[in-house]
Amino acid sequence: MCRLVAITSETPVSPMTALNALDVMREGHDGSGIGLFLRDLGGPLEEMKNEPILSGIFTEEGIRRLDSYMIDMGFLTKYKISIRLPKVPPPGVPRRDMYLVRAYEYPEEWEDLPQAEKEARLVTVRLALQEMGREKGDMIVFSFWPDTIMIKEIGDPLTVGKYLELGRENLNARIIMAQGRQNTNYAIDLYACHPFFIQGFSTMTNGENTAFVPIREYLSSRGEPGYTGFYSDSEVFVHILHYTLKHLGMGVEAYKHVITPLQDGDLEAHPNGEFLKHMKRTCRKLIIDGPNCVIGVLPDNTMFMAQDRKKLRPGVVGGKPGTYVFSSEICGLDYILPDRDKHSDFQPMHLDTAVVRPDRREVDICQQMQRLPRLH
Amino acid sequence: MSADAKITPSTLNLKDLPWQIAWSREKCTLCGQCTAVCPVNAIEPGVFRKRSVDVDINAPYQSGSGFKVYHGIRQRTAPAYHCVGCGMCAMVCPNDAIMPYRSDEADKLRFHLDQGGQPERRGGRRNAPGGVLDQIKFTRISMLTDPALDAGRHEFDMRTLLGRILPPEQNMQQVLENGWIPPVREIYPLIIGGMSFGALSPPMWEGLQMGVAYLNEEMGMPVRISTGEGGCPPRLLRSRFLRYVILQIASGYFGWDEIIHAIPEMKVDPCAIEIKYGQGAKPGDGGLLMWHKVNQLIAAIRGVPMGVNLPSPPTHQTKYSIEEAVAKMIQSMYMAWGFRVPVYPKISGTSTALAVLNNLSRNPYAAGLAIDGEDGGTGAAYNVSMDHMGHPVASCLRDCYLNLVSLGQQNEIPLFVGGGIGKNGNLAANAAALMMLGASGVQVGKYVMQAAAGCLGSETRRCNICNIGLCPKGITSQDPRLYRRLDPEDVARRLVDMYVSFDTELRKIVAPLGRSTSLPIGMSDALAISDKAAADRLQIKYVV
Ligand code: SF4
Ligand code: SF4
Repeated sequence: MCRLVAITSETPVSPMTALNALDVMREGHDGSGIGLFLRDLGGPLEEMKNEPILSGIFTEEGIRRLDSYMIDMGFLTKYKISIRLPKVPPPGVPRRDMYLVRAYEYPEEWEDLPQAEKEARLVTVRLALQEMGREKGDMIVFSFWPDTIMIKEIGDPLTVGKYLELGRENLNARIIMAQGRQNTNYAIDLYACHPFFIQGFSTMTNGENTAFVPIREYLSSRGEPGYTGFYSDSEVFVHILHYTLKHLGMGVEAYKHVITPLQDGDLEAHPNGEFLKHMKRTCRKLIIDGPNCVIGVLPDNTMFMAQDRKKLRPGVVGGKPGTYVFSSEICGLDYILPDRDKHSDFQPMHLDTAVVRPDRREVDICQQMQRLPRLH
Repeated sequence: MSADAKITPSTLNLKDLPWQIAWSREKCTLCGQCTAVCPVNAIEPGVFRKRSVDVDINAPYQSGSGFKVYHGIRQRTAPAYHCVGCGMCAMVCPNDAIMPYRSDEADKLRFHLDQGGQPERRGGRRNAPGGVLDQIKFTRISMLTDPALDAGRHEFDMRTLLGRILPPEQNMQQVLENGWIPPVREIYPLIIGGMSFGALSPPMWEGLQMGVAYLNEEMGMPVRISTGEGGCPPRLLRSRFLRYVILQIASGYFGWDEIIHAIPEMKVDPCAIEIKYGQGAKPGDGGLLMWHKVNQLIAAIRGVPMGVNLPSPPTHQTKYSIEEAVAKMIQSMYMAWGFRVPVYPKISGTSTALAVLNNLSRNPYAAGLAIDGEDGGTGAAYNVSMDHMGHPVASCLRDCYLNLVSLGQQNEIPLFVGGGIGKNGNLAANAAALMMLGASGVQVGKYVMQAAAGCLGSETRRCNICNIGLCPKGITSQDPRLYRRLDPEDVARRLVDMYVSFDTELRKIVAPLGRSTSLPIGMSDALAISDKAAADRLQIKYVV
């Protein structure tokens, strides 16, 4: 079982804080890999909230190919964070030529594009780069999106963090999601590592999604180019989130109604019963099954945690106005925020979605039996 | 036979028959019950002459040799009276003196069943006991990261949807704008397939309806039953129980006069309307109710004269093509119930099923597609149709489902399949395998007759005389002397047993696969088979 920790804080926090929290929970992961998602960045990138940032791992040759591709598209490098690597990586961590975090200026002809078109094109560029990388094995691209950095690597989280010097100040962020991996495949594909990302949405999960194949088949036929990859059975969680908010125009409260809908008796008693019954039917192919705890972030920096229908995975949310932490275990939470009011820690149950909005004032509990916010 | 009897090509001996009767003179009390019960008069009282030697030592010059007669049971060998192996004689014999045994060699009878140029007709289904469904295993046991689900204690939602589902964007838009959304029923995924009132006896039909009502109202299981093509008793049409019933319309339109006239008086809508275009057991044939079974009651419900053969035409005669038929009939059926009742076609499994499905996918009213495979049962059909015509259900379903996946419509047009499900007793395993191949639900008929009413028929030529109205169990007979053997209460009780145990078995299958929140439709990664060709064809894993 993997371990998850996520922080949302008014003041930028170092990713090492999250990695140390994972280390506290190390009984729950085997040190086989780490995935990091950083958003609402501090440091120099704070000045470039709108410029897309490319994160990935490249070989020397990969960088050359990337540069020529991006220049052809008309992207200009605006800022980059260079990660200098010691000659020899620590045991268990593969040698890489370059971890890239680079902010670009949009090509001139993109300037006047409508926002939606820009967003669609960013996905196309990311998919094209991933495809190029797969052909030659010289680049792995995690994300290409404004105000977003993703780093994934094989190895023990803390060791990788120190090796990549993730404690440096220019990587501090107000939103951090980190997953410590419990390996279930022999050959680890970095694309199968959490968190997963699409158009500003990101999720990470622990557990197993037993309804993966029918969900994958359904998502792939939605006509959305970004619903692809599916290296992990958990990747569909982020796509369903994207689909619920972007395609159905619903809020985060509706996500749980899509992935784990209420049973009929409850629907009848629900103030939005009729609406939800339709949603359950029409989104039937997106119902997840199996034990899962999902932690996710929306493009507006809302952070949430939702549990499967039977609440078979651990998960806790705690903190104080200004800083909240979502964690698999209480010890992870204790490590990051020892001085919080522990009585107000909350463990979401089978009907709950715990939400911390971008203002970070409180943990908002959306219970599935509650009325949905006004529908429009 | 007597010494001067004429031997014709169709003169058979006991050895030529598929079933031979063993009778014990020792045990027989000559009560005559077996000959009375035999549905086909295959046995009759016989007089046997036997030599005996009885020597009297006090009368040395008298002959001790003599002849005695005794009475017993004789099996007839004329093709028209062949034993069908039903075993009723053994059931009624108070002394266990009689028993049918299967011949050790392929019979010669089969070459002589076409007397008068009339090919063999019978009930039942394809004479082939095996099948690919029983070979499918569920191999994706969720061992990786899970606490396993508990089939006994956890919450399971094992319902399915019957009706056209709009794509999510469109559906939610319609909800907000109060637009028309096709009617959808949430039902139990095991449906009782179309067996008509007429094919079935009154107590059988009544028992099934009672059982279905009990399952719905006492057990909370939304089980649905199709009427088959034979109309529906008037009181049921006007009762609240109609909501559990799928009304079938087929090419003979039997009973529809009554149904249409009852519409204004209906208290509730029926569950759905099934338009039958084909039947897996006899593709290309319409329904057939032979004259033996058309008594006054049946004639009244169907709106026909008594005592005539009732063949439905193979096609819907008023329609030019299936595209047109499907479109027009779906429209008119929707209109009849004010667009509140789902309407879907049922076809026999065929390699052209995809063409039908393609039409449906473009028809916004089509509520689903039911496919009846080659192993489907029937009350009466030509043997050649049953044994050789039709398409296996598994690959037909798989092709249709994968086609819907490629169109992105796999949640929009539910596929229901029937034909041979539970043929070897593995009802839940067969049903679950089909759901994971893409079926939204399954239809069963023969299994219900076997489990709920004790039908004796088999795929190895036992009984299967449902067509002539002489069903020894009273299931498919219209003769009160026969059907009074069947108590509707017993049928209802057995039907409930069958459903409740099916439900437990279904959970026992899906729980270890880590599924409980929704029916695992299309979860093909859970399936495997040890036949490479079948694995490739069905796109599931190959295991050895
Ligand atoms: S087995 Fe059935 S058909 Fe054969 S003799 Fe006995 S009762 Fe008649
Ligand atoms: S028992 Fe009745 S229903 Fe069953 S096969 Fe024989 S005749 Fe048909």
